[in-house]
Amino acid sequence: MAMEDVTGRPPPKSQMRASPVVWARRNLFSSVGNTVLTLACLYLLWLAVPPVLDFTIFSAVWSGTTRDACLGPDKGACWPFIRANIGQFVYGRYPADEIWRVNVVFGLGAVALVPALIPSAPAKRFNLIFLLVIYPLIALVLLAGDRPGLRPVPTSEWGGLLVTLVVALTGIVVSLPLGIVLALGRRSSMPAIRMLSVIFIEFWRGVPLITVLFMASVMLPLFLPEGMSPDNLLRCLVGVALFSSAYMAEVVRGGLQAIPAGQYEAARALGLSYWRTMGLVVLPQALRHVIPGIVNTFIGLFKDTTLVLIVGIFDLLGQVRAQLSDPSWTVPQGALTAYIFAALVYWVFCFGMSQYSNFMERRLNTARER
Amino acid sequence: MSEGNAAPKETPGMRISDKVMIEMKGVNKWFGDFHVLKDIDLTVKEGERIVIAGPSGSGKSTLIRCINRLEPHDEGSIVIDGIELTEDLKRIDEVRREVGMVFQQFNLFPHMTVLENCTLAPLWVRKMPEAEARDLAMSYLERVRIPEQANKYPGQLSGGQQQRVAIARALCMNPRIMLFDEPTSALDPEMIKEVLDVMVELAREGMTMLCVTHEMGFAREVANRVVFMDGGEIIEEAPPEAFFSAPKNSRTKEFLAQILAH
Repeated sequence: MAMEDVTGRPPPKSQMRASPVVWARRNLFSSVGNTVLTLACLYLLWLAVPPVLDFTIFSAVWSGTTRDACLGPDKGACWPFIRANIGQFVYGRYPADEIWRVNVVFGLGAVALVPALIPSAPAKRFNLIFLLVIYPLIALVLLAGDRPGLRPVPTSEWGGLLVTLVVALTGIVVSLPLGIVLALGRRSSMPAIRMLSVIFIEFWRGVPLITVLFMASVMLPLFLPEGMSPDNLLRCLVGVALFSSAYMAEVVRGGLQAIPAGQYEAARALGLSYWRTMGLVVLPQALRHVIPGIVNTFIGLFKDTTLVLIVGIFDLLGQVRAQLSDPSWTVPQGALTAYIFAALVYWVFCFGMSQYSNFMERRLNTARER
Repeated sequence: MSEGNAAPKETPGMRISDKVMIEMKGVNKWFGDFHVLKDIDLTVKEGERIVIAGPSGSGKSTLIRCINRLEPHDEGSIVIDGIELTEDLKRIDEVRREVGMVFQQFNLFPHMTVLENCTLAPLWVRKMPEAEARDLAMSYLERVRIPEQANKYPGQLSGGQQQRVAIARALCMNPRIMLFDEPTSALDPEMIKEVLDVMVELAREGMTMLCVTHEMGFAREVANRVVFMDGGEIIEEAPPEAFFSAPKNSRTKEFLAQILAH
């Protein structure tokens, strides 16, 4: 309909692109109140930005191999501290000669993930099967080394970014499908299934994640028979995955509720079964509606992984804190530097997810024009 | 044929056979305490074109939605082409494969192109090979005169075009019965004709049709029976000529006076 070529008058001047000066006068200084707000914002930026830039860049120490480089008045961030400990931050206490195994897992994951995220890349189905089924198995074998020819590395020696990624990715990969099933269950017409889903969701949503982790780590072994105690990290993985599934279920349910009844009716009237109706007609639309909510949950989950610290698992943040007590690197600005570094790493991952979700939303919207 | 004076508009394809396609006996239905359908008896033979008319809230839509069990009925029996509708999901799916439905709000799938909308059910329900499903869909899109829109999304089409796609989508399952639930009520006036034209054509080809509509011109042209409902009951059933010129029931007269007044 909107495709026709309409020739008419050009739009009035007020809709044309304005020069920067005109734009600023119209948007930043249009009234007394607006001018005051603009000036106040500029003042706040002037207060906040220069000190941060000074500490992290201009006065920061960039070279050196010992703490002596960072000592002295007016020295900013102590980046050599990060460089000296980067191995711990990424791999934790993973044995040094076995680190290649972690690198293979990281590299393989990156190689498989990138084409999976590019919508136009070929062989999507194989790529996803590899990423969701084969890759986790390879990663498990390589990281744990529970096979002949590989030295076993207990999970108590894993740490740093490795643990953060393992916990976050397991949570993400498990919570989306499980959340969808729970959301469908909560809207099911069968009372037993509906009740089970509601109980599951409300139980996990009602408990703080810290409690879940404590229960998994400390209480669970007490209830289980002697000698039958699953790995500590594994217990936390299960706890995090179930916890985030409950949140995911409610996000997905929000999307399901936005789909008009007519869509179900049209699909059922064509003879499609319940599962095909859901899988082909309802879920593709529902999930699109809630991409921001889904990614929001993923981002929350990614940052919540830092809580595993309290049950003695050293994720990235835990490892950063642990290295702070290293006496050979005690400098006054050490803690601040370390936390800025940790924050930056988390921010890069979360911002990446957020940008990817924006990209997908825009893509799906232009494909549909609705 | 039931109506002798309707002969001039009849075409060879519009012959009615003796085979019973839909048989509703003593059908009752309630929404909570509200009695929507009261003792409905309706028999439709193969090739018949039934128009169901009546004031809003009279149960017209509910009646035809019972035929493919989008609404379950509470009492009585409904037999579609020899299959009785019960709780049995397998039978329900069997009936739905043979009964096409067109909705007031089109209900196209907005995330799929026009072509994908049409091939979805043939591919997943009939298990048709992809090329065959595509050819079938294109042939029906040509029949509703919008093959050039095949790769657009429903949101890019006008209401009339969307409703024609919805008709093509239903026809792609090669149904033996077509149900129309106020197919033109959501359309702008200038688009009503393009949809009615497609429906008239379909009637000429001998499709068994049940149509809930307020388009009395359409009823005159193609229906061989008009069913008038009010308050959940079938009040009167007659060929269109008799229905419009000599309605028997006072409620029918009142209704006709209202809709034909302007």
